[in-house]
Amino acid sequence: MSANPAPAPARMAPPAEPGAGQRAAAALPTILSSIGAVALALAAGAVIILLSGQNPVTAYAALFEGAFGGVKPLTETLVAATPLIFGGLAFAVAAQAGLFNIGIEGQLVLGGLAAGIVGALPLGLPAILHLPLALLAAVAAGGLWGFLPGFLKAKTGAHEVITTIMLNYLAFRLSTILISMDGLLPVKPDLQATMPVQPEARLPKLIPETRLNAGFLLALVAAAVIWWLLYRTTFGYRLRTVGISRGAAAYAGISWGATIILAMTLSGILAGLGGAADTLGLQGRYYNVQAGYGFTSIAVGLVGRNNPFGVVAAALLFGALSAGATKMQNTAGASKDLVSVLLGLVILSVSAFAVLDEFRKRRKQAAAAQSVTVTRDRAEEDASGPDDTHFQPL
Amino acid sequence: MSAIADFFTIALLTATLRSTAPLLFAAMGGLLSERSGVTNIALEGLMLLGAFAAAAGTFFSGNPMIGLAVGMLAGLLGAIVFGVWTIGLRADQIVAGTAINLLGAGLTAFLVQRIWNQAGGSPQVEKLPAFSVGGNNVNILVPVAFLMVPLVHVVLYRTKAGLRIMAAGESPTAAESVGIAVPAYRYACVLASGLLAGLGGAYLSIGDLSQFTTNMTAGRGFIALAAVIFGNWTPWGTLAAALLFGFSQALRYQVQALNLPISQDLLIALPYLVTLVAVTLFARRSHPPAGLGKHAKSG
Repeated sequence: MSANPAPAPARMAPPAEPGAGQRAAAALPTILSSIGAVALALAAGAVIILLSGQNPVTAYAALFEGAFGGVKPLTETLVAATPLIFGGLAFAVAAQAGLFNIGIEGQLVLGGLAAGIVGALPLGLPAILHLPLALLAAVAAGGLWGFLPGFLKAKTGAHEVITTIMLNYLAFRLSTILISMDGLLPVKPDLQATMPVQPEARLPKLIPETRLNAGFLLALVAAAVIWWLLYRTTFGYRLRTVGISRGAAAYAGISWGATIILAMTLSGILAGLGGAADTLGLQGRYYNVQAGYGFTSIAVGLVGRNNPFGVVAAALLFGALSAGATKMQNTAGASKDLVSVLLGLVILSVSAFAVLDEFRKRRKQAAAAQSVTVTRDRAEEDASGPDDTHFQPL
Repeated sequence: MSAIADFFTIALLTATLRSTAPLLFAAMGGLLSERSGVTNIALEGLMLLGAFAAAAGTFFSGNPMIGLAVGMLAGLLGAIVFGVWTIGLRADQIVAGTAINLLGAGLTAFLVQRIWNQAGGSPQVEKLPAFSVGGNNVNILVPVAFLMVPLVHVVLYRTKAGLRIMAAGESPTAAESVGIAVPAYRYACVLASGLLAGLGGAYLSIGDLSQFTTNMTAGRGFIALAAVIFGNWTPWGTLAAALLFGFSQALRYQVQALNLPISQDLLIALPYLVTLVAVTLFARRSHPPAGLGKHAKSG
């Protein structure tokens, strides 16, 4: 764990700074266990395909072909990964602060809607102004939908799992209401969509004849920025401290309430940008359908161990799964819905592997402490690792 | 005056009871699970599994009673997985619950496609019997749902097992030190919550409607859990909360029936808004079991 020790008072010793090589070596078991968890889930998925009377080898071969078999499938994998990178980052930022954001779906929907409305307005602005304006609208909408549960939790203690789920349903409803307001907004109710986004507000294509667009680059930039924010700034240090132990954070003079409000707002902003990338990059207008990115994002965050680079890797994996799913359905006849089953299996598998990791870590700690008598308080015990996800029960 | 009398009719009352019943089944299951110390956000997925399996069971057997049993069994199977993960493997309860919810949504949609070769839902199946109250049909499962409240109350507060369940939920380590098999009581409660959530789901597909539609639970599992919180983890409090949420759903049907000029979109949003406000207002005043989310030393 590397951190900026500057804001920590002297009584809270800053964690030792390991070198880059040491860090990579320490991350290896985590990466291996993520890969193992995904492999286990795919194996369980194969059993389900088999039980449903189909050939898992044919199905997975078609899935692989659809995700990696050529330039077009490869770009489709990157296209599918784009909103998942944003969503996974959104989940990771909240999770690092100890919050379980199930509201990514709603934040993403509103971000996409806001970008669609602002992007479709005939403002006559050049691209250098219109595109950022549309992105800003998504930031505001997603940020607001993230701020609300953060604020409610900080001020009243309302658990974010319940509030974000309710806010999801309210977001879908709000979107349906706004989409029907033609005359007032640039929308097309019979299509259940906004008007097409102006060319000046579109995220440009990266490779002609494919659907790959600048949204993917934006997602990579976001991942780098979030990594820097989490691991190289005071804010990131505070956020992670709050996530590891609320008590330790309070002891270090870090405001829990302010930090979780900021964390949830940032999480909502990232999700909102994911929606904007979908609207301004891929679709060219906002469609009033729930794409389900928000729920996949939870799996992306968990598999990526809430590390921004892990999130990018996991998003590429899940992007490949969803890009390959269509091919699997068309050639092997296995339904696309199988991908949601795989998602559930991956989360189950990852959570089981996380327990094994913790067990391994505890054993190592116990071995190290054998010769010395160490009294460990609860906070230290909580701090068994920054990538272990523990959420407040409700 | 007469406008008010027209609005608060037997129809609104029965609609409220009908909307409350599925919430109540799931909420009573959630209450047992929570009191034993296991946060159960898997209720949504367990309900969905129950709803699907009840419709499928009825479709293949032609008998809704068999469908009901199959629905409860499906909820139980989902709960076994959830229990093994949260109690046996000691995985994070929220993460495991989210996995069950995704599995429930994915598996049911996958199987609908596989069995009936169509998206969106099952064909029409036979319903469980109903009786009439003032000309309004009420399914036999509705009174059963309300009977669950005193039943859970008695189990929790008037039996030895109930006191042990609550001890496991308040302080698993203290409970273990006096010889209570905390994991066994937690398994029992989680499995019971699976049966009850399955029952609530079955009510939706073969009690209220006569088919399964994908994602037909529409957040009811989460609303049920909110009812437990809003009801301060007591059976009667949970009943009151479930009735409030059920009423806010029933309003929509009544407004529709009376052709009142109120936006449907707003009315659909109402139960979610009411849940959000209720959870926010009562979060501070509520007292969750102190051992919620804490693992026992053994198993």
